[in-house]
Amino acid sequence: MPEGPAPAPVIHRLRVRYAKRGRLRFTSHRDISRAVERAVRRAGIPVAFSAGFSPHPKISYTGAAATGVASEAEYLELGLTEIRDPARVQAQLDAALPDGLDICDVVVVPPGSGKPSALAERLEASEWRVRLDGVAHDDAAAAVAAFLAAGTVEVERLTKKGRRRFDARSAVSSFELDRRASEAADAPCAILRMVVRHTTPAVRPDDILTGLRQVADLAPPSPPLVTRLAQGPLDAATGGLTDPLGPDRASPERETAHAAGDVAGAERSDVVPSADAVISARS
Amino acid sequence: MPIESIFPRLEPLLPRVQKPIQYVGGELNSQVKDWDEAQVRWALMYPDAYEVGLPNQGVQILYEILNERAGTLAERTYSVWPDMEAVMREHGIPQFTVDGHRPVAAFDVFGISFSTELGYTNMLTALDLAGVPLEAADRTDDHPIVLAGGHAAFNPEPIADFLDAAVLGDGEEIALAITEVIREWKGEGRPGGRDELLERLARSGGVYVPKFFDVSYLPDGRIQRVAPNRPGIPWRVDKHTVMDLDKWPYPKKPLVPLAETVHERFSVEIFRGCTRGCRFCQAGMITRPVRERSITTIGNMVEEGLKQSGFQEVGLLSLSSADHSEIGDVAKGLADRYEGTNTSLSLPSTRVDAFNITLANEFSRGGRRSGLTFAPEGGSERMRKVINKMVSEDDLIRTVTTAYENGWRQVKLYFMCGLPTEEDEDVLAIADMARRVIKAGRDATGRRDIRCTVSIGGFVPKPHTPFQWAAQCDHETVDRRLKALKDELRGDKEYGRAIGLRYHDGQPSVIEGLLSRGDRRVGRVVRAVWEDGGRFDGWTEHFSYQRWLACADEALADEPVDLDWFTVREREEVEVLPWDHLDAGLDREWLWQDWQDAVDETEVEDCRWTPCYDCGVCPTMGTEIQIGPTGRKLLPLNVV
Repeated sequence: MPEGPAPAPVIHRLRVRYAKRGRLRFTSHRDISRAVERAVRRAGIPVAFSAGFSPHPKISYTGAAATGVASEAEYLELGLTEIRDPARVQAQLDAALPDGLDICDVVVVPPGSGKPSALAERLEASEWRVRLDGVAHDDAAAAVAAFLAAGTVEVERLTKKGRRRFDARSAVSSFELDRRASEAADAPCAILRMVVRHTTPAVRPDDILTGLRQVADLAPPSPPLVTRLAQGPLDAATGGLTDPLGPDRASPERETAHAAGDVAGAERSDVVPSADAVISARS
Repeated sequence: MPIESIFPRLEPLLPRVQKPIQYVGGELNSQVKDWDEAQVRWALMYPDAYEVGLPNQGVQILYEILNERAGTLAERTYSVWPDMEAVMREHGIPQFTVDGHRPVAAFDVFGISFSTELGYTNMLTALDLAGVPLEAADRTDDHPIVLAGGHAAFNPEPIADFLDAAVLGDGEEIALAITEVIREWKGEGRPGGRDELLERLARSGGVYVPKFFDVSYLPDGRIQRVAPNRPGIPWRVDKHTVMDLDKWPYPKKPLVPLAETVHERFSVEIFRGCTRGCRFCQAGMITRPVRERSITTIGNMVEEGLKQSGFQEVGLLSLSSADHSEIGDVAKGLADRYEGTNTSLSLPSTRVDAFNITLANEFSRGGRRSGLTFAPEGGSERMRKVINKMVSEDDLIRTVTTAYENGWRQVKLYFMCGLPTEEDEDVLAIADMARRVIKAGRDATGRRDIRCTVSIGGFVPKPHTPFQWAAQCDHETVDRRLKALKDELRGDKEYGRAIGLRYHDGQPSVIEGLLSRGDRRVGRVVRAVWEDGGRFDGWTEHFSYQRWLACADEALADEPVDLDWFTVREREEVEVLPWDHLDAGLDREWLWQDWQDAVDETEVEDCRWTPCYDCGVCPTMGTEIQIGPTGRKLLPLNVV
């Protein structure tokens, strides 16, 4: 162990929703973690460090969208050595990150609300939007219908552990062609929306596209544009997702956070705003 | 005329290539200036993959300096990997800059920085993808000026046919001067076209335009004469030397990539030049004299650079960083300033004799005490006298003993194999040295977990060094000596397991030798290799010795010279060398004398601390040694 005093402990935890947009969707998870570490330093946010010879900042990430996939709903957690106003952290961190990595929401983790993995456990499913350029709406709708009608859709993917076969169908809880968005798009395309449960092995949108090719011979002429719109607990009643940060906001401890100036969280509903709304609010 | 970004065409193709983020740009502190507001536009290239090219200091400095000027614009481009090259060819996408995604062919200058000769084939890929004719003679007024810089530009002859121009030495001032010449010429309505622009650049003696020089050869293949072929072109082209580095504190705003790169740190050059006089070291010969940055400028640059980048590591760069006259105060001052901030400091080049434990302790105060690196370069005392690396084995043992006593467990040692006059026993002496290092470590600490890694590189004779006349060692001999060393260490029961050995086979060094000391005839070989698919020659997985061999045989078939003639042949004093008309300031007679001294195992001192030995650089170039101490100290930063 190195000499000297032990590093300052974590006394304040923040949960952050961030987006990767536009060309920055080509960042990998490792690229993002380096960018966040540097942004935290540039913004002067007092992140705690681990002990030992090569100290690491206490920043933890939940499962990241793949390289090339855009997202409106990625999550990370910061362990701070001092109390900070989440709205200010949101503004500072967002300013220190490159455009396209954008901080959307920051909430205080109420003290004693359990270990950091609690957030990951709330992320039961993801809502995805998949834009397929040059695909006719009826072909897409027919493929989706065939996929939903199938009991199982076995797909194969090359993983780090080699080729794996698994069922892509059972993880899908809703799946449809978004006709309105497809018709409003700037170029002929089919836009699909789906809610997919987080399972092991993970079923990704490209696995579902592989499934569409298998069940309906749907072969898009160019690479799909995939965006994660939301992650969170699956609402059994509506089939939609609720805000995974909702429980933190709703905690009785929240009054403390509010007193510290938590304006950002105060106005939000517990349902994740749709990504389209987020984008239009920004532009 | 506005130049459109090719990004909309590129974006849908990016999912098809590896690590697409490297082609996206948008790095922190990068910028895209308005195209039409600039009169002079530079595309700057580092001819290797983005992950290697992005951290390059030379490109970052020029990028920032040029972009600071109103009316001047600079963007960056790097070598694309073969998967991307295939996609670009399939879809007709030209070589583009990562900043504005503008086609390289639309710029006024295409400046390429060559740290090593192994980037030559990558330059041809970029030119070809850009739609710029490979041969300078085939270019028209619509094409950019293709300009080479960097250390390899001190002998650009092997790529002379592909270049419009080359500059030698420090780029800061000459890049701005070239910009003004172009601005003026464009402002006048481009009189005389491309030819006149090149002539205006060449007339100053500060820019080398190969086509204004004719090379004639003797029947045996040696060069007879290199001479200007039009009036007004000086016989010699001078290198550029920036005096007073404190006036040029760049990079101020380091580029921070999203993609992973080879150096993830903020680097500050603490001085340029080195007069230690190691005879194999081209950098030390061509960057003279020593010019230090002051402790206060270093402090300010580190402060500003960390603020701008968020980097966690600071590298203090130079050719021999512990030689800075105030390195102790710099190290202590920085370690004090950044204590408790998890910022680490590193000193990439340290000499054994300049190392001291106080310094090392300052640098490792932030935590890590993992490894120390030293470069004795030669295994035997005799060898080190030949190369003028004045470090005794006892010095080394004393130093590593102290290091082990202070908590370091691992020492890395760099050597070269294939040095002039080298015998088998000189290489085997590396094993003895490594054994003594381990023994010293075990004795000093009483521990068995002492490690030593020996890294060996093949020696390549370089232009503008005393070894420019030497015969390069053939790769069979290098490989045989390395194998003997490996066997020696493997057979050692007592120490062998504590010593790691890293080396490459000797073949790539032969090609590096061809490109380093080649003349214009070698250009045919470079082109043939590229046409045969040669790319990324600095990468083991892409380099093909057989391809180079076959192409050299074929391309030089009608010449009285071949690969061996360029590499393993010793030159005589009177032979005209391909780079003799390119002036690094070194006196040719002094270099020859130093070569003779090498053979006689006579050492030369450092002119910073002993009288001038007339290498010739300062009087020829109008420069002088600039070193401290200034006596100033770094004050604590105000805590925000």
